[in-house]
Formats: sequence, C-alpha cells, structure tokens
Amino acid sequence: MTAHIDIAPPARRAGGLAHSLRRIAPLLTGSALAVFVIGIWQIASTSGWVSPVFLPPPSSVVVAFGRLVQVGYVDSTLIQHVGASLGRVFSALAFSVLIGVPAGLLIATSPIGRGVLDPIIEFLRPLPPLAYLPLVIIWFGIGETAKVLVIVLSMVPAITISTAAGVRSASKNQVNAARAFGASPLQLLWHVLLPGALPSILTGVRIALGAGWTTLVAAELVAAGRGLGYMIQSAAQFLVTDVVIAGILVISAIAFAFEALLRFVEHRYVPWSRNQ
Amino acid sequence: MTELRLNAVSFAYEKGRTISAPILERVTLGIARGEFVVVLGQSGSGKTSLLNVAAGFLAPTEGRVTVDGKQIAGPSADRAVVFQDDALFAWSNARDNVAFPLRLRGLARSERNATADALLADVGLSGQGDRAIWELSGGMRQRVGIARALAARPDFLLMDEPLGALDAMTRDQMQELLLTVWRRSNTGALLITHSVEEALFLATRIVVLAAHPGRIVLSRNFDFGQRFLDGEAARSLKSEPGFVAAREELIAAIHEPERAVAA
Repeated sequence: MTAHIDIAPPARRAGGLAHSLRRIAPLLTGSALAVFVIGIWQIASTSGWVSPVFLPPPSSVVVAFGRLVQVGYVDSTLIQHVGASLGRVFSALAFSVLIGVPAGLLIATSPIGRGVLDPIIEFLRPLPPLAYLPLVIIWFGIGETAKVLVIVLSMVPAITISTAAGVRSASKNQVNAARAFGASPLQLLWHVLLPGALPSILTGVRIALGAGWTTLVAAELVAAGRGLGYMIQSAAQFLVTDVVIAGILVISAIAFAFEALLRFVEHRYVPWSRNQ
Repeated sequence: MTELRLNAVSFAYEKGRTISAPILERVTLGIARGEFVVVLGQSGSGKTSLLNVAAGFLAPTEGRVTVDGKQIAGPSADRAVVFQDDALFAWSNARDNVAFPLRLRGLARSERNATADALLADVGLSGQGDRAIWELSGGMRQRVGIARALAARPDFLLMDEPLGALDAMTRDQMQELLLTVWRRSNTGALLITHSVEEALFLATRIVVLAAHPGRIVLSRNFDFGQRFLDGEAARSLKSEPGFVAAREELIAAIHEPERAVAA
C-alpha cells in the first residue's frame, strides 16, 4: 500500500530500494548527526581542547548517570529527584485542568464570565514565571505550595485559552441541531461543546506541559530539597559538570516522553481532529 | 391533523436599534403531516431564514409560527432539522449520532442502540453503526443526519439543502431515499433547495420565494413523488413532458417573479 504513496511528483516511479532509503532518510541523517556531535564532543574533551571541568567527555557523563541512578546526588537518587519533579508538574497539571477548563467554558459561553476572566488570563499569559516567582515565595514561603502554585500560574492560561477556542469552534449548526432535539443548556455543554473542544484542550495541555516544565526547573533552582532543577543547581555550584549535563539530558528525555505520550493520546482518543 | 403554520410571518435582523431590510415579508405557509413542501428561490430570497423561523432558531419580527394553533417557543423535538453541512458529532460513531436525541431523553443504552440500528438500516446503512463519522462519504453522512432527525420521532422534518453538497449520482439516490423515508415516517416535510428538478420530484407542493423582500409568488401542487412511490421509475418521471414543462415554468417564476405574481 504505502509503496505507491509518494510525496514527490510522480514523474519517475522510484525503485524499491531508493524509495525505502528516502523513507528512512530523516532517521539516518538524525542518527548520523548525533554520532558526529558526540564524536566531536568526545575528541574535544579528551584531547585537551576544552577543560573537562567545562565539558566532561560523554563517557564520564554516562558514568555520572550510572552513579546518579545507583548512589544519587545531594542525598537523593535520580529516581527520587525525578519523582519529586514529576509530582510537582502533574499535581500542577491536575489543578490547572480543574481551573482552566471551567474557566475556558465560562469565557466561551458567558459574556460575564468573559468580562471577569479574560483580563485575568490576558494579564497572566505574557508574564514570565520568573517575574512572579519571588512574589509567590514572599506570600507562600519556599515550600511545595509556592512551587506548585507558580507552575499552575504558568499552565492555566494555555489551558483556558485553548478550551475557550475549542468551545467556540463548535459549528452553529451542531449547536442548533442539539437545541432542535431538545437539549438543555447543560446537555448542550456536556454532549456537544465539551467533546467538540477536546482536541483543542489536549493541545492546550501540551503547550501547558511545556511551560510547566520550564517553570518547574526555575522554581526548583530557588529553593528545594529534591528535584531535577535542584540537583542541577547543586551540581553546578560545585562544578560537577557531568551531573549537570546528565541532568539536562534527563529533563530533555522526560519532556520528549511527555510529548510522545500526548501525541499518542491525541491519535488514539481524538482521531477525528486530524480528519476534518 | 397536525399542522405547522407560518401566519403572515415577517423577519428582519435587528442590530441594536437598526433593523435590516426585511428578509421575509408576510409569508403564510402551512405544512401538514403527510405533506412534502419544497421551497424554491434565488439566493437571498430568504429560504434559509424561512426554515430557521419554522424551526424556532429565529423569532419572527411579526406574525406567528404555530403547531396545531399553539405558538412555538423556540426549537423543539417535534421539528427535527437536517442541515446541509450534516452537523454531525465527529467524536461519536454513526450509531451514537443517530441515538443522540434518545440519549437526551434519558433512554437506556440498549434501547437507544436498537432504535438507532433500525433507523440506520432504514436509510441504507445497516451494519455501519460502529463507523466513525469522518470515515463516511458525504452521502453516507447525510443519511446519518436524516436517521438522527427521525430518531426524535418528529412530526415535522425541516431540511436546509440537505443534498446540496452531494454529487449528481448520489443526489438522485438520496432523493429517492428521502421520499421513502418521508412516506414511512409520515412526517410533514419542509425542504429548501436550489434544484428545480429535485423540487418537482419530491414535492407535494412547491412554493417559490421572490427576493427583496422574501415573499411567496407561486404555490402549486405536484404528484411526481407520489407516482414514484406508487412504482413508476424515477428517470422516466423526470423526462416526462409534464415534468419538463413544469420545470421550465418554475425556472421562469424563480427568475422573473413579477410575471409569476401576475399570472
């Protein structure tokens, strides 16, 4: 089947080998680039071009990673740091959805809701979380509340705005059809507007997770006893560069996994959004 | 006999204190159960507004819309609507779309599924209940839309160019389906269309609207649909001299409404 689908103009039918080469080309070039970069990195740090303090070789990052898993760093193992960070992000996500989705519904369906909530969201949205982090710490201290709250504040606007956009995207005829079948306003919301907004809400969650992750690391840099941001910050203070790099790679891997998971969820649960 | 009636209905859009030029002016039209009324007219003649007023989506600026003499208070399940852009719910499958009006009424899942499957079979989609809406062709979507409208067991079926977006072949098939479904459900049908041939084939009565303001300039009864249901072939009906003559007459009435009024 797929052998005959071709993006290039069908002037000349590609042979079997050439075609499969073209399909795996991005993967090949990507891997080649990674190998190249790691190779240069290894050579640069072992040949003395760069001091290992600034750039330890990949091999010692791998060793540091193994040490992080088995022994840990600053009194916690890697799993404990990751667990603390994930706990913060996901509890913040839960609060953000609980606040953001109803707020988005109100903005899209009620002029009063829009009047009250829209300015708040628009005030919050462009602010960098690091700007209000000190204020939140003054108000709530350096405990978990402040950290989760800062992450919530950075996530809520994306979820609210995308929920409102999703609700507004319901066609007038879909709404009219439901009304003609006797749907009450609540039934309209539950059976038509909310499911229609689901793809948009999921996009909002994806954007929010990106923002939340950034904010998390910043919040942990300021004050925490555990967490990836804290781990990196502590390692940096003692110039344990291999742990810093290992920590950055772990954060990148987790963010990538989130993204892949959400894409899978979209693919699996809202397949219609790609096909309309 | 149940009758949906527009009594001297006028309609104009109100925006703050300004009122637009009248879209509909003193339109009087009755649709009884068992009738198939088709509204023809040029773009801008207020066909869709007329249907929206009958459905209760728009309130008339003057005049009354009644069902059996009682004034309507907005949309209601006794007047089901089929839209040109099917207005189906992409997030549920064909069966759940058809069962939607029953779900609103709180019927148990097994009960509404049985009804929905029977209705899907009626529109030629038996065994297709599990398919996603986005997998269906335009014609199949419209069939689902019609089945969904019938699930509410309405007295009236209001259709706004339901076949407008379909290709010619599918359109012919769907016209025959509409007649069969209308007869079996014994509803009063109101259909808006641009196609004179479609109107002649389906209607028990054709109403021609003139534009600026929208008003009825011609109203006449036909029996081609009746004869199709009695067993005559669609193609031979549509090529009959009487059909062709009526078609030309209606086209003239649509394009030169003043002459139609005079006649």
